Amino acid sequence: MTGLLDFWNQSLPQLLTGFTLSLQVTGLSLALGIPLGLVLALTLQSASRWLRWPSLVMVEIGRGASILVLLQFVYFGLPSAGLTLSSFASAVAAFCWCTAAYTSEIIRAGLQSVHHGQSEAGEVLGLDPAEILRFVILPQGLPVCVPTLLGFSILMLQASSLAFVVALPELMSKAQLIGSNTFRYMPLFALTAILYAAVCIPATIVVGRLERRLSRHI
Amino acid sequence: MTAGFLAPILGGVIWTLALSAAALAVGMVLGALLCAMRVSGGAVLAALAAMLILIFRAVPPIVWLFLIYFGLGAGWLQIGAFEAAALGLGLITAANLAEIFRGALKAIHVGQWEAAQTLGLPQVSRLCDVIVPQMLRITLPSIVSYAIGLIKDTAIASTIGVPEIAFQASNVSQATFRGLESFAFAGLLYIGLSIPIAMASRRIDLRLRSKVAR
Repeated sequence: MTGLLDFWNQSLPQLLTGFTLSLQVTGLSLALGIPLGLVLALTLQSASRWLRWPSLVMVEIGRGASILVLLQFVYFGLPSAGLTLSSFASAVAAFCWCTAAYTSEIIRAGLQSVHHGQSEAGEVLGLDPAEILRFVILPQGLPVCVPTLLGFSILMLQASSLAFVVALPELMSKAQLIGSNTFRYMPLFALTAILYAAVCIPATIVVGRLERRLSRHI
Repeated sequence: MTAGFLAPILGGVIWTLALSAAALAVGMVLGALLCAMRVSGGAVLAALAAMLILIFRAVPPIVWLFLIYFGLGAGWLQIGAFEAAALGLGLITAANLAEIFRGALKAIHVGQWEAAQTLGLPQVSRLCDVIVPQMLRITLPSIVSYAIGLIKDTAIASTIGVPEIAFQASNVSQATFRGLESFAFAGLLYIGLSIPIAMASRRIDLRLRSKVAR
């Protein structure tokens, strides 16, 4: 037992460095992907076919193809098209694409939950479409999406473990690396699982509470 | 340009489908069990089930697969890559399905239980003939959309060597240096697999709904 704790104690600093990188990749992908998701949610409803169709293709590929395949497409595929990205940039690009695709649906649902009388009232008040969006729809529609977006963010943190296949030295790669040197896979992956769980379990509980609180008066 | 070099990727489809089906089967059985524990009325059982559901979902799929395949494989239990993947993805599926099942149980009016009891149906029949068919109808759309997500998640099994679509794409890409086409084709295959399933589900759902239309 003490052997196990010693081993955990030795590997923990390296795993934590990896975990920091996991959190950074996730944070950056969400910070870029969610605003892009908002843009896609708006262009998907646009009257112009030239905006709607490319957005639809982006969303359908981002949601339909597996994240792992997207990641490998960006890292191993794009270089043959002349675009070579580092493993960090590839991971952020692929996760950002995936985040934008999924959150566009979440945000679209949130915006649609705003009663259409609201935008009609805005029109009657003489607001132009951009003002209606900015002052009427978004302030009411976006808060509705918050719990779902947070839940999605937890899933993205978990998905960041896939960046291991493009050799990004995040938590999973670090665990694999130490494992291949020590052959003590079981305790290592167990500790890795505990680290993910230590963040994801409290986060899930908080999101669940938030969801219940927001739906209380509906 | 000939696209023949992509053919091996098509060979991965059968493994992707088999793994999805296996993980779904594991998930259905364990999920029903977890759901039963949660609604059993026993406080300890319910808390245990709630804890298991949280844990299964809090750990990323790739970590489950590595834990089972490399971790358990290192001396505890010899397990094949396919079985390890089915079990790992099955655990996460079980946790999610347990919540879907529980939601459906709540949605079935308590009068249905009471009516079945009043009719003198035995316990097993109450469950199998009255409640479960209604649960199936309520949960079908959620189960199918979960299954479609699961098909995409099976790509993760390529990391432990299950020869499914993503694994084949990776091999082809390394052998031919045509990663762009290989992974684009793999991505399209995943999209292509989910479309007929979504369509079939919609049709079955409409038929089931029309039976109970009021």
